[in-house]
Parts: sequence; C-alpha cells; structure tokens
Amino acid sequence: MGKLNVTLCGIRLDNPVIPASGTFGYGYEFAELYDINCLGTFSFKGTTREPRFGNPTPRIAECTAGLINAIGLQNPGVDKVIEEELPKLKQVFRKPVMANVSGFSVDEYTEVCARLDAEEQVGWLEVNISCPNVKNGGASFGMTPEGAAAVTRAVKAVTKKPCIMKLTPNVTDIVSIAKACEDASADGLSLINTMYGMRIDLRTKKPVIANRMGGYSGPATFPVALRMVYQVYEAVKIPIVGIGGVTTAEDAVEMMLAGASAVGVGAANCIDPWASKKIVDELPAVMEKYGIESLESIIGGAH
Amino acid sequence: MNQQILTVRSNRALTEAVYEMKLGGDMSAFTAPGQFVNIRLDGFYLRRPISVCDLRDNELTILYKVVGHGTEAMSRLGEGARLDTLCGLGNGYDLTKSGQNPVLIGGGVGIPPLFLLAKKLIEKRVSPSVVLGFNRADEIFYEDEFKSLGIPVTVATADGSRGVKGFVTDALPNRYSYFYTSGPEPMLKAVYRATVTSGQFSFEARMGCGFGACMGCSCKTVTGFKRICREGPVLEKEEILWES
Repeated sequence: MGKLNVTLCGIRLDNPVIPASGTFGYGYEFAELYDINCLGTFSFKGTTREPRFGNPTPRIAECTAGLINAIGLQNPGVDKVIEEELPKLKQVFRKPVMANVSGFSVDEYTEVCARLDAEEQVGWLEVNISCPNVKNGGASFGMTPEGAAAVTRAVKAVTKKPCIMKLTPNVTDIVSIAKACEDASADGLSLINTMYGMRIDLRTKKPVIANRMGGYSGPATFPVALRMVYQVYEAVKIPIVGIGGVTTAEDAVEMMLAGASAVGVGAANCIDPWASKKIVDELPAVMEKYGIESLESIIGGAH
Repeated sequence: MNQQILTVRSNRALTEAVYEMKLGGDMSAFTAPGQFVNIRLDGFYLRRPISVCDLRDNELTILYKVVGHGTEAMSRLGEGARLDTLCGLGNGYDLTKSGQNPVLIGGGVGIPPLFLLAKKLIEKRVSPSVVLGFNRADEIFYEDEFKSLGIPVTVATADGSRGVKGFVTDALPNRYSYFYTSGPEPMLKAVYRATVTSGQFSFEARMGCGFGACMGCSCKTVTGFKRICREGPVLEKEEILWES
C-alpha cells in the first residue's frame, strides 16, 4: 500500500481519495455499505454555527453528465455535530476526518473552527469560502482575494489544525484567490467547489430548482477543475486537494498530475455509493498500467 | 440496501402513459412494502427512484409513468435488458398499526406500493379495502390485480367516466381502522383532511442519491428534518408539516 501514500498538510494518508463534503454525510450511511477506513479520509457535511434546513425543495436537478444542487448547507449545527455526529463516526472511522466549515460571516467561521479545533478526531479544517457574506451584500467571500484572505487569517488565528481553504470556481481569476489564501497563511487549498448553473422545466417553463440556481457538479466539470488545479499549482507552494467530476482512478491520477496532492470525489458518490471505494481499489492497476511507481512522485508531474 | 444488476423479464404498457416492468434478480434487500428502487439508465446521470409494486420469487414488479426522457427510455427497454439497481431503499409502510380493516387510498401513479402492501396485510389476516383514484376511465390500471386479491376495490374518476365521480376522498368507506395512502401531493393533502383515523403517507420527491447522502429530498416534520429517501418515503400523519 506504500505506493498509494500521500501527505496532506503534514498528515499521512493511506491513499489520496477523499469523498467530498456534501456527498458523504457524516460517513455512516456509507459505513453501512463498506469499511470506510479504506479511504484516505473524507470531508464531512458542511457545518455551520446554527442548525440549518437549507433551501426549499426541489433542490436537485439532473444535467448532462452531472447534477445541480441547491441544498443550502443543511446540517445539524456545530454543537450537535460535536455531541452526536463525531461520537457516532468514531465507531466506524478511526482516521482523522476533514471537517468542512461554512459560515455567513467571519465571526461564524471562526466560532465554528474554534469549536472543531478542540476535537481530536478532526485532522483538517476545510473552510468553504463559497458561501455568501450576508454582512457584505451576499457575494461569496471566495470571490475576492480580500474576502478569501480575511476568512483565512481569521480561522488561522483560532486553530492549530491545518486549514484548507475550499475555493469557488465562479471567479475570473482563481489564481489570485489562491495566492491571497496562501499569503494569509492557509495550509492548503481545495478546488473546485460547484459551478453556478440552472435548468428550466419545459412543462412549467420555470426553473427546476426552487432557489432557481445551484451548483453544478459531476463529470462535465472535470476538465474545468483540472485546468484550475493546474493553474493554481503553478502559483502556490501549499498542497491542493483536486475536486471536480472525479469518477474513476484514471481521473484521480490525472488530477494528481495537474498538481493535486489528494483527490476529492463528489457527485460520483451520489450515483454509486461505492464509487470512492472503487477508485481506491482500482488505483494500483491504473498505476501499473501507466508505469507509476508511487502516487506521491507524480504530483504536479504534468508541469 | 444493496446493488443488483436486474434483468428485464417483461415491460408492457398498461395505459397510454403507465408501464409495468418485471425485473428478475436477488430481492433480499427489501424489508417492507412501500420501499423503492433507484435505477441507473444509460445516458442519464441520476438514477430513477421508483416504488416497488410487487415482489415474488426473485421478481420485482414496478409501475412507472412516462413523464420525461428517462422514463421514456425505460419504456423502450426489452426483455433481457440489464439494469444497475439500488434495492431496498426507504423505510416502507409499518403494518403493525393497521388494525383489522385499514383502507388503502391510492391516486394515479402513486398506486403501485399499495399493491404489495395489500398482499402483505392479507398475509397477516388483516382485511384491507382499496380506493383507487384516476382522472379518467382510460387511465385506470391494476383494478383487476387488486380485485384478484379478493378485497373490496372502489374506483373513483375525476370526470365520472368510471366508478364514483370525484376524488378518492369521495369514495372512502364509512368505517376503517387506519389508512395507508400514496399519490400526488394535492391528493395526499385532501386525504389528510378527510380521514378520521391515523395513517401513513408515502411521499414523492426529486432525489439526488436516493440513499441519504446528498440531503436533496429533505422535508420538515413535527419531529425534525427527514430525508424522504431515508427516513421516508412513508411518514405518519401526526408528523407531517405541509409546506404552504
């Protein structure tokens, strides 16, 4: 298994496969199906300070080679996550987990990160800066270098755990956002979050999704994600979790060649609950086929 | 839940839009009537959640209405086609609360799960009656199948072209111990108002994964947020909160 090892912000992973936040719950729906300790780790459901139902339904729309979601961060809130979800998770997952944190103000991010900082099970904080800043007109923090840096600085001040900033692709220049996070001492980056999209129902002639727009994910987004990982890798020194449309072990290897130290698997989990495990299982054969000795050695190999 | 590659044994039109498909394979994942399957179709990203109509001898029967490209593609599948299917999804109906004379109230393409439910209740020596609602006489399906179970079946049509003129709520029996219902949401709301006992409702939702991971189909209930695909699709009358 040594050939599959990678390191993410100083923490060793058995393999680079990380089910992405929002597609894997808090793990135990999948733990009923297979031993989730076969994964590198996983990023749990985006967690906010308060419990949230999220957006009105319908909040899922099918697309060619993907889906749009507008869940709106349904989660039980950080207190319940710590009191109920993490103890349940501990019984089925013995590795450090990636805690995905969302917020609608800088204060909310820091409060949630500070609470999770005290949790031994949490290996990394993955800070989703695609959320709207409700105190500043509703644009995402991650849409400007200043907003991204402000959240990064604030969360770094309240935690010793590695902070991985999760970037939105809905920007003109993702490299400038990535560099702003690195300059504000982010420990890593994960990209990309979903791309804004929508569908219209021809029968009702209205948007399929109640919230009108949502985030597009799935295989169609893979080339965009790969391109962004490639560009960001050239500009920063901190490790990257490459996410976006990864469906096969080949996709994972491609993502690593572009510059990812680890690979997120998102939408694929929703159509095949065993998708992440299958990618782990298939990696050795794909490495063999393409003459790859170790995954760590190919990170950024396409540059 | 498990994943099975099921084989199409038959696929036939019951009405202009409603089809019956029989699929062969291992059915060990199912635990209760009212559960559903989630079927992957070539060329479509998301699976299609469809409720179980009948189960026997390693054979699954589903009824589906052609409403879009996915179900249209399903309607063209022939014998021998193989379908990647997640089996045994959702909670299903709780039979223990039925009492001796429950009424099963179904509307249109919501009717299928009531068929297996009726069979299972009869196996338990319970005596259900059935009320089936349709828009028009030419949309009626499964009336004979329900009658072949030897239970009272009342059909209602909105335009009066067959049976009771009106809605399922115009055709309810005078006395019943409990009810089980499945159908379009306006019908479920009418049943909620018209029924005098407790009962169970099966809901439809636009789902992402169908097994509880994506939170796409959540709803608010008296007892908190529930996922239609996981804690549902069957909810008890007392826990339902209708969205305005």
